[in-house]
Amino acid sequence: MTAGAESILNAKIPEGSIQDKWKNHKAGIKLVAPANKRKYTVIVVGTGLAGGAAAASLGELGYNVLNFCIQDSPRRAHSVAAQGGINAAKNYQNDGDSVWRLFYDTVKGGDFRSREANVYRLAEVSANIIDQCVAAGVPFAREYGGTLANRSFGGAQVSRTFYARGQTGQQLLLGCYSALMRQVDEGRVKLYTRREMLDVVLVDGRARGITVRNLVTGEIESYAADAVCLATGGYSTVFFLSTNAVNSNATAAWRCYKKGAFFANPCYTQIHPTCLPQMGETQSKLTLMSESLRNDGRVWVPKKKGDDRPPHQIPEKERDYYLERKYPAFGNLVPRDIASRAAKAMCDDGFGVGPTGYAVYLDFGDAIKRLGKDMIRDRYGNLFAMYHEITDDDPYQTPMKIYPAPHYTMGGLWVDYNLMSTIQGLYVLGEANFSDHGANRLGASALMQGLADGYFVIPATIGDFLAEHRPDGLTTDHDAFRASRNEVDDAVKKLLSIKGNKTVRQYWWEVGRIMWNQVGMGRNEKGLQQAISDIKGLREDYWKNVKVGGSAEDLNKSLEFAGRVADFLELGELMARDALGREESCGGHFREEHQTPEGEALRHDDTFCHVAAWEFKGAGKDPVMHKESLEFENVHLAQRSYK
Amino acid sequence: MKFTIKMWRQEGPEIPGSFVEYSIDNVLPEMSFLEMLDNLNEEIIGRGEEPVAFDSDCREGICGMCGLVINGMAHGPKRACTTCELRMREFPDGAVITVEPFRAKGFPVIKDLVVDRGAFDRIIAAGGYVSVNTGSAPDGNAIPISKDIAEKAMDAAACIGCGACVAACPNASASLFTSAKISQLALLPQGHAERKQRALRMVEQMDREVFGNCSNHAECEAACPKSISIDNIARMRREYMKAMR
Repeated sequence: MTAGAESILNAKIPEGSIQDKWKNHKAGIKLVAPANKRKYTVIVVGTGLAGGAAAASLGELGYNVLNFCIQDSPRRAHSVAAQGGINAAKNYQNDGDSVWRLFYDTVKGGDFRSREANVYRLAEVSANIIDQCVAAGVPFAREYGGTLANRSFGGAQVSRTFYARGQTGQQLLLGCYSALMRQVDEGRVKLYTRREMLDVVLVDGRARGITVRNLVTGEIESYAADAVCLATGGYSTVFFLSTNAVNSNATAAWRCYKKGAFFANPCYTQIHPTCLPQMGETQSKLTLMSESLRNDGRVWVPKKKGDDRPPHQIPEKERDYYLERKYPAFGNLVPRDIASRAAKAMCDDGFGVGPTGYAVYLDFGDAIKRLGKDMIRDRYGNLFAMYHEITDDDPYQTPMKIYPAPHYTMGGLWVDYNLMSTIQGLYVLGEANFSDHGANRLGASALMQGLADGYFVIPATIGDFLAEHRPDGLTTDHDAFRASRNEVDDAVKKLLSIKGNKTVRQYWWEVGRIMWNQVGMGRNEKGLQQAISDIKGLREDYWKNVKVGGSAEDLNKSLEFAGRVADFLELGELMARDALGREESCGGHFREEHQTPEGEALRHDDTFCHVAAWEFKGAGKDPVMHKESLEFENVHLAQRSYK
Repeated sequence: MKFTIKMWRQEGPEIPGSFVEYSIDNVLPEMSFLEMLDNLNEEIIGRGEEPVAFDSDCREGICGMCGLVINGMAHGPKRACTTCELRMREFPDGAVITVEPFRAKGFPVIKDLVVDRGAFDRIIAAGGYVSVNTGSAPDGNAIPISKDIAEKAMDAAACIGCGACVAACPNASASLFTSAKISQLALLPQGHAERKQRALRMVEQMDREVFGNCSNHAECEAACPKSISIDNIARMRREYMKAMR
């Protein structure tokens, strides 16, 4: 591990005051003339909020866009599952919100480990996002007077979250998908569904295309372009059980890392506090219940350890509303990392409820008394129904049982202010990049960031690059593409040839177990070292003993997962290394050795106020860490307090 | 719990398929239907056989990727529920369960239980949008929309595009799907500028995709995991008639 190469990372943050940076930057960057745009081809991988918005917007501008997704339709991307809402500094509620306050809340929520300039830009464009979505026909919740409604989310003392019942992600994604399909209809975007990106193709050090596997025919195909935008989401599925979709994976980003894109802050993962507790070992995923529930739900555990009375038999004075007790100013609406850790601490100490003792109550009893059942149904009806469906418990009658689960990854490929990675011409958008959320993301900010990157940032910044890199007629006949196809094809065949005796899913479950136990909510030196060695052992075993089944020539789910799990077995190790190197606690990264006497995260700003960006140095070699130091010129570095 | 699964196996689009029987043990009542299939596939892979191909993604009932015909019903016996949200406690222990793909001419089988629903994307591409370029939107509160209209639009917009409506319809009609989008944008003022052209183009595209006509069976509404109402089909017809004039 070395830190001697800081100069290698240039974040390209524009000059000027934080309020002027984005404006000045846009005014200064180069443009591609309207008639010339169609001569450029841009690849966009992913069709979630970031990818879909980027593909649609670049198509509208006139670029020739190739858009890829692993599902059968762009409308399935996992952004669809976001429930609670999207933040925007509109101040429609007249409650003191502003761009500055959203910026400040986001930097503070991220525990002062994000890049100020990026976060300010995010807050700045947030208002335009809402306008764009409304214009596209997104049916946001409305007040009786016809104006847009808002609710509150964690880490904020204003109501700035816009929502469409408990399915905001779905509605925003469908808005973005409809804009995308309009471009498909107009012939400016060409859609490639059921394709999985397995390699990025570099020509003269610049990203010039991708290699994918056609998931229906098994064919290895490659596509050339003038720039590549990666919007392939996060890597929470490394934990096996997470709230992510079963097809969400790290492969596209990981293959870019192995071709030279630095991976930043891989240890920053978010464990979401309000999920359904795990029920059994055969479960395929965990279900999230929107954070918006914490607007009206109160979190509690019995005051007595091991109290197994049903919740309604536990009198008020024998309940510990521990979030309200510990954090009176924010109460149940503390940021996610704090709420998750508090739940874990209560359960570790023996106060947990439910059959496993790893759950806490989220109680709507008071809210139903105060507001009535109808109002609660209006606000959370579909979430209550979903809970009822899964658990067979009626949350109108009895408190929900919840427990934290892996949900989002703040880490991702390193990008500069223009969203370009350390590979020329490779841009990274949305959850796949590392830039805006620091060490912890606030609720309702993922949708905001995905759409900000896709609708407003990339359409501006990509032109600056393309104007300098004119189309040169490169095709996939170039040797670099042939080599990439061969490499991918060999890897696929290798997986099928092992014919061992353990299934891909068993390995996935095992690596997930290691990650959850040692690189999950609480981390320490010994555990992390153990994780690194265990993962190495498991990885070696995988390449000797995995049983994939089926063939390479048609639809083969087992083969798809085999490639993804192979990557998790490498990524998991990097996450543990990063967590080991970061000897402080910040946001979602909690090193047990570094906590305040009250058990809160203890940062060490003197030594760790930086981004850790990892460079791949070849198989079997240790990766090298580069630092981007974080300068806080506008926000005062402080110990986070929500008390 | 223990079940016998009569599973549709089909190697490819052009190869005729057939039912194959599997038995599965150690199923927990709280397991989802797809988790049961995951476990069955683990056993099948363990035996060195080809696992059953089926689509799924979010596994929380919102992405619309999963969809099986279970005991003759799209998404199975439970109302307002996707296949991934269906729990095994809905079936009596020891039951024989028949599993098939969504069947419709417009949804050709790719393999086993996986079908091609690309027709739905093409219907949306034919006009299921508001033509507004990024950056040209007025303030979000510039056009007030009554709560009632916003809620009705949301009811229609809740469609997850799974295709159960088509699979449930005796005519394999895609009317519920198409009408949900037409309704959403006809209800909202943002969609008014293009409503005529939208209704015409989307309905015509739906017909081109070899889906059948609606003859008011309402099986679609019963099978819809989001309980989208057939009122939307009535609205689509009105929109289409008005656009024809």
